[in-house]
Amino acid sequence: MSIAEFHAPEAAGGLPISLARVEKSFGKLNVLANFNLEIPAGQFLAVVGRSGGGKSTLMRLVAGLDAPDSGRVGIGGRKVERLHPSVRLLFQEARLVPWQRVIENVGIARGPHWQEKAGRALADVGLEGRENDWPSVLSGGQRQRVALARALVSEPQILLLDEPFGALDALTRIEMHRLLERIWTGRGFTTVLITHDVAEAVALADRVVVLSEGAIALDIAIDLDRPRRELADPRAVDLQRQILDAV
Amino acid sequence: MAETSVAGYAAGETRKPNLKGLGSALAPWALPIVLLIVWEIAARTGLVTARLMPAPTTIAAAFWRSLLDGSLLFHTLASTQRALIGLVIGGGLGFVAGVLNGLWRPAETLFDSTLQMVRNIPHLALIPLVILWFGIGETAKIFLVAIGVFFPIYINTFYGVRAIDPQLVEMASVYGLDRRALIRRIILPGALPSILVGLRYALGFMWLTLIVAETISATNGIGYMTMNAREFLQTDVVLLGIIVYALLGKLADVATRAIERRVLVWHPAYQVRKGGEP
Repeated sequence: MSIAEFHAPEAAGGLPISLARVEKSFGKLNVLANFNLEIPAGQFLAVVGRSGGGKSTLMRLVAGLDAPDSGRVGIGGRKVERLHPSVRLLFQEARLVPWQRVIENVGIARGPHWQEKAGRALADVGLEGRENDWPSVLSGGQRQRVALARALVSEPQILLLDEPFGALDALTRIEMHRLLERIWTGRGFTTVLITHDVAEAVALADRVVVLSEGAIALDIAIDLDRPRRELADPRAVDLQRQILDAV
Repeated sequence: MAETSVAGYAAGETRKPNLKGLGSALAPWALPIVLLIVWEIAARTGLVTARLMPAPTTIAAAFWRSLLDGSLLFHTLASTQRALIGLVIGGGLGFVAGVLNGLWRPAETLFDSTLQMVRNIPHLALIPLVILWFGIGETAKIFLVAIGVFFPIYINTFYGVRAIDPQLVEMASVYGLDRRALIRRIILPGALPSILVGLRYALGFMWLTLIVAETISATNGIGYMTMNAREFLQTDVVLLGIIVYALLGKLADVATRAIERRVLVWHPAYQVRKGGEP
């Protein structure tokens, strides 16, 4: 299979993201300076970098949680001014509401037929039968699955992931990678994954951008076949080394 | 020989949890029962003057008498009604003020420091003023109860609303919840454990205030019943009144615990208790 096929969106598809001449500073700290980045529709982009390199700021700008000091952040050709309804975020923590059952968490925004939709989303992430559990009885991986189902239930065209697998054990993380890859392949939403795990970036993304002190230090395409297996593919190892050198 | 001992062990094992359960259920009652017996003996033998400290059986007789002539129920209902009206008014206002100040900074800036100042006035110190304002009627007592319950509910509601995890609020806004849904689905349920703590404190203050208010001036209620009995040196009825207050307080506490167990089912603490209690 060629990569192009995976970029053909089937259902909701993806929206392109563009950042042009973006400046963002907190106090005297200049986090992003004259920052430019184009993310085509449906691309799976991983952003790698050290803590404090501007990764999370970048994501908050795209999500519309923060506004840039100057420059333009655009989604699908329109300027981002507030939270965009077809953008969904997965946080480092699952952020489930403890007093709502699993299905209520997935359908947090409610709306027509929310229970059916939430049930389908739960089935997609392999959690059918857990609809009426309380979040407190779930494992860390299950919680992130619920959070993923919650993000997917509204069929987003952009999915932003802020190190969502960082706190999981290695095996659960690999499971989550496969799950995410499968769902992304099926739906074709534009994905931005923030991570400091280089192996994770190479395993999942079409393209890896290394952020260092608010600027792009490396922008590299990951041209490996899908579905990927995280075995020691020599090309993957080589890519990882290149990225690590830039971090 | 070996068989019998094995059988004995098995029987012991199956019966043990029951005995243990029964024992731990009775344990809290052991001390009161012993005290009652000592008290009864002391009163009968004349170790304490029966007129000052009548025997438990005398109080039980007073209880029976007042139950039969309906006066106990009448006075208890009168007190409970006052208590609940005061709780609804004061608690309702405390809740609204707590939510408002918790959610909206300008309201907090405007009201909170004043409320904190007023809070430090012992509300029973207002009695002379309240009598001047409202006379000695029903309004005065309900007013005092309302003030007594206002602050515990206000403070705990305010704190509960403020202590909501900001990450959850951010998540809710990313997922498109409007303000009403945010308050109904995230903020109020999240503040509920704290609000219930406030309610338990408030119930304590509620009875305390009522006792004092009813002993000042009333024509019915448990406080009136005991003050009236004092005039006629009916010490047994005075003690009965005190016991009724204790029972009403306990009842209020049991009720709040039941509410907690019901509405906080999601809370890990209550889930463990549900499965783990003997």
